[in-house]
Amino acid sequence: MMQIPCPNCGPRNVNEFRYSGEPRKRPVGEDVTPREFRAYLYERTNALGWVTENWYHSAGCRRFIKVERHTLTNEARPVGSAAEESAS
Amino acid sequence: MSSTSGPYRLPTRPSEEIDRTKSFTFSWNGTSVAAYEGDTIVSALLAGGHEVIARGLKYHRPRGVLSATFHDPNCTVQVGDEPNVRAAHRLAKSGMAVQAQNVFPSLKFDVGTVNQVGSRFLTAGFYYKTFMWPGPLWPTYEKVLSRFAPGGRVAPNGTAAPHDSYDHKYAHPDVLVAGAGPAGISAALAAAAAGADVLLVEEDHFIGGHLRYGGDAEQARLAELRTAVAAETRITVLTNSVVAGRYDDNWVSVVQRTAPGVIERLIKARVGVLVVAPGLFERPYVFENNDLPGVMLSSAARRLIKLYGIAPGRRAVVFTANADGDAAVEALRGAGVEIAAVVDARTGGNIVRALGRGHLTGVELSGGRTVKADLLVTAVGWTAPTSLINMAGARPVWNQTAARFLPGDDLPANVLVAGGLGGDGALDELIEHAAQIGQLAAQRASGGAEGVAPRLGVAAHPALFRSSTHGFIDYTEDVKSKDIFAAAAEGYDSSELVKRFTTATMGPSQGKYEVINTIAVLGEAVGASIGDLGTTVWRPPFAPISLGALAGHHSEPVRISPMQEWHDAHGAEPLIAGQWIRPEHYGDPTAEVNAVRSGVGIIDVTPLGKLDLRGPDVAKLLNLVYVNSWNKLDVGSVRYGVMCTEDGVVMDDGVTGRLGENQYLMSTTSSGAATVWEWLENWLQTEHPDWQVHITPVTTSFASINIAGPKSRELMSRLVSDVDLSNEAFPYMKVRQGTIAGVANCVLWRIGFTGELSYEIHVPASYGLHVWESLLEAGADLGVKPFGIEAQRVLRLEKGHFIVAQDTDALTKGFSAGIDSLIKLEKPDYFSGKSELAWQTTDATDGTRVVPVLTDDPNVVPPEASQIVVGTKIAGRITSSRMSPTLKRSIALAQVPIALSAHGSALTIVLPSGNRVSARVFDGHAFVDPEGERLRG
Repeated sequence: MMQIPCPNCGPRNVNEFRYSGEPRKRPVGEDVTPREFRAYLYERTNALGWVTENWYHSAGCRRFIKVERHTLTNEARPVGSAAEESAS
Repeated sequence: MSSTSGPYRLPTRPSEEIDRTKSFTFSWNGTSVAAYEGDTIVSALLAGGHEVIARGLKYHRPRGVLSATFHDPNCTVQVGDEPNVRAAHRLAKSGMAVQAQNVFPSLKFDVGTVNQVGSRFLTAGFYYKTFMWPGPLWPTYEKVLSRFAPGGRVAPNGTAAPHDSYDHKYAHPDVLVAGAGPAGISAALAAAAAGADVLLVEEDHFIGGHLRYGGDAEQARLAELRTAVAAETRITVLTNSVVAGRYDDNWVSVVQRTAPGVIERLIKARVGVLVVAPGLFERPYVFENNDLPGVMLSSAARRLIKLYGIAPGRRAVVFTANADGDAAVEALRGAGVEIAAVVDARTGGNIVRALGRGHLTGVELSGGRTVKADLLVTAVGWTAPTSLINMAGARPVWNQTAARFLPGDDLPANVLVAGGLGGDGALDELIEHAAQIGQLAAQRASGGAEGVAPRLGVAAHPALFRSSTHGFIDYTEDVKSKDIFAAAAEGYDSSELVKRFTTATMGPSQGKYEVINTIAVLGEAVGASIGDLGTTVWRPPFAPISLGALAGHHSEPVRISPMQEWHDAHGAEPLIAGQWIRPEHYGDPTAEVNAVRSGVGIIDVTPLGKLDLRGPDVAKLLNLVYVNSWNKLDVGSVRYGVMCTEDGVVMDDGVTGRLGENQYLMSTTSSGAATVWEWLENWLQTEHPDWQVHITPVTTSFASINIAGPKSRELMSRLVSDVDLSNEAFPYMKVRQGTIAGVANCVLWRIGFTGELSYEIHVPASYGLHVWESLLEAGADLGVKPFGIEAQRVLRLEKGHFIVAQDTDALTKGFSAGIDSLIKLEKPDYFSGKSELAWQTTDATDGTRVVPVLTDDPNVVPPEASQIVVGTKIAGRITSSRMSPTLKRSIALAQVPIALSAHGSALTIVLPSGNRVSARVFDGHAFVDPEGERLRG
C-alpha cells in the first residue's frame, strides 16, 4: 500500500484518502460547446511520469490536498518538493 | 531406546531439534504413529518407515519427501478438518488425525495410478483439449475430474471443530529482515547495533538457516549468533512466520503462525528498509523416475539426519555438483548410511535414471552401471527465491557462471539483499557482507547517507538441469520435461506461454522448485539460453495465506440509532442499509401503511444525513450544489432540493431549512450523507476557499423521527408545549425549534415524504429513545404504530416520489428524473450540472423519463427491474413496484424513453415468467392524494 504525503498529517496510508484526480479547469462562458465541456468532464491526460493530483484525506484532516505522484513507480511527494530539491 | 524411536530413528544427534523425553502418538490414515516433541508430521512418518506421503496430481504416482521443508511439493496432507497442511513443516501433536489427500480409495492402492498406463494421453493441454466439448457433457466431466483433483476436504458448514481465531496486526519496524539464516541474523544484529528496531522473520521453527544442519564449525557459529540475537533487545524474532509480499512504499505482509490463541496472524508492516535474505532453494534434477520415494535433495537428507535424527535410507547414491552434496555424503556416513556411490558432476559424472516401482531400488549411472540403493540424494545447484525483489519491481539477471539468477542494479533504495540470494562466499564473508548490509539498512531507514550496497562475488557452479532422460519438472502439477518439449513443438516458445499451457509452476509450490528447470528445458527445446528466455515474474504471496488470516477477526462496525434496541425488542426485521441496521418492518408492513394513512405512525429515520451549515455564504453554496434557487428562503422555512453532478446526473436530494440568519440544516439521503459532505467540502475547498461556510456533520448528533398521518398534529400537540402547531402558525414546509417531551433543542420540520400531514423531528441523540417511547405512550389512544422502511417505500410510491439511485441511476439527468419545475437554468451563476442540463433541454431525444405506471390488470405487480419492451427491443424498466394497500391495486415507477413518457402511453412489460402484460403511463404524478390536501391540511 502506497503512502501519500499529507501536508497536514504527514505520510499516511493511501486507504485514508480518496483519489480526486488531476486538477482541471472548467470551461466557462456562453460559447462553450458540449464537446469542450465533456472533454473537461471525462477526458484525462493520463501522463507518464510526475503528475500533480488532488487527494481528499477523508480519514484524516478532511482537506483536499495536492500531491505529486509518479505514474510509473507510484512514488508520491509533496507538491513543490522537486523544485526545492533542485534549488538546494 | 524407547519404543517410540521407529526403525529409521538414529541415536541422539547434538544438532537435533526434537525432545526425546516427550513422546506421543498420532494417527496416519487410521494407524498409530509415534513421535517426539519437535517432530514434524513427516519426520515422524519417516522414522516409522512411512515414506509415501502423497500421490501425484495426474498420474497418482506415490510421492515421498523431496526437500523436507514447508514448501516440499510432495508433503501436503489433511489434518482433521484442515486441508492442505504442509506436513514437512507442521509439528506433530498428540492425537492429531492425519490423512493422505488426493487418494482414492487409499494411499497404498490408488485407482488413479491407471492414469500412468494412459499417460501418453495425459500430456500438456490434455484437459483443455479433451474436456472442452461437447458442452452439455461438462457437468459429467466435472464430477469425474474433481474426484482426481488435488486438495483436501473442507468441513461442510457448521461441522468444523471449534478452533482459535485469526488476527491482524500492524508493525512499523525500521528494518525488516526476511530470512534468519546466518546472513539474515548478521544483518539484523548489525542494523540493531546501528540503532534500528528490527523485525527478523523466519519461516522455519528455529533461526539459523542451513547452519542448523551443518557440521561442527557451523553449529558453533550458530550458537554464537543465537546468543547475540537473544541479547539484542532491538530485535524481535518471529519464527514459523513468513514474509508473504512486498508492496508499494515497503508495505510488507508477514504471516505469523505463532501468535498465542491465533491460528494465523497477518502482520501489515510499514518497513523502513527491507533486507531480503531468504537463502536459496535447492533445485531438483530432471531424470527418469526422479519422483520415486527415496529420491531427495541433499538439503533434505541433511535436515532429516541433523534436525530429527532420521536415517533417510540404508544405502545411498549421492549425485553432487557442489560442497553441499559433499556435506550430505559426510552427514550420511555419520548417520551410518552406506554410501554405494558418489557421482560427481564436477568431474563429468551423471545419473541417467532411478529404478524401482513405488520405491527406489537402484540408480543407473552414465556409462550404464547400475547401483543398488534405497536413497538417491542430488545436489545439482540452486534456485534463487527472487520473489520479494520481483515484488519490489526488480528484474533479476541470469548469471551463467553461478547458474542462477542474481539481483541486478534495479533495486529500490529501501530494499537490500543479503546472503546467497545476492552471491557466494565463505560463511565468514557472507556474515560480514550481511553485517554491512544491515548497517546500511539502519542508516537508510533513519534517512541517513546514501551509501552504495556492497556486492558479493559469485562462485562457478555447473549448469545442471536435465539428464539424458525425461522426468518430472513440476511435482505438484505432474508436469514432465517431455511436456515442455511438446508445448514448444506446438509453438509455445516463451516461458509465460509454456507456463500457462503446461501449468508448470502454477501449482501449490508456485515455481520454487520448478521454474528454472522449466525454463532450462524450454531453452533446450527451442535452442535458447535461460538468460534469453527470462523467468516468469513471481507475485505475492510468496507462501500460502489462509483466507481466515486475510479476513482477520470479525470486526465490521455497524451504525444503529438510539432506538434500535427498542426495535429489536419489538419484533423489527433488520434491514442492512450500508453501515446502518434499521427496521425493515415490525411484522406487517401493510398494517403499518394503513396506520399512517388512517391514524398516525412513527418511523425512525435517524440515518438521514444531516449537515449543519453556518456562515454568511451558505446561500451561495446551496445555489451552487442544488439545481433550484435558494435566494429567498426565509428564516423558519424549508425547501426541497435536488443535487446533480457536473454531468447533470441526479446525485442526491433532501430538504434544507433555515434555522437562523446564518444557520441552515441540510438533510441528505441516508446513503448519501458522506458523499454529500465530501461534495460540499470539495466545492468549498478547491473552488471557493474565500466563502465563509462551516460544515458540521450532525447525522448522529440527532435521533430523527417522522410522525406521519392525519392524527400526527394531535399526537405532537400532546408533547410539544412551546411551538404553536396550528396550520396557520406552522404550515407545510416550515421549520421550528422547540421542546418535545421535555427535551429542549429539538428541530421540527413540517414536511412529508409519505404524503400525509407529518412532522420530522430531530432530537438530541441521547434522548432519542425517550422521545420515541413518549410518542408511543402519548398516542396509544390514537392507535399510533411504529412503521419501517418497507411501509415508507410503499407510502412514498403511492405519492409518486422517486428515490435517488432506486428510480434513478448513474445516467439519469435532472430532466429525466422529472424535476423539470425545480431546475432553475436562469440562475445567473454556474451551478453543478447547469451546462449539461441546459443542453438536455435542446435535445428532445436525450435520455429517459421516470414516470408513474399502472398495469392494466390491477392485480399484477411486475417485479422491480422487469423490462419494458417495444417489440423485441428493451426500452426501459420498472424501477419500483408494489401492491398499494391504499388503492388496492398495483402501482409502479418506471424508466421509459421520452417517446413513451407522455401521459397515457401504452407500455409492454415482460415479467420474469416471460409473459407480457400491458400498462399505461399514469395521468398525473401522485397515485394517492394528487392535490396534496392531506399534506397541507
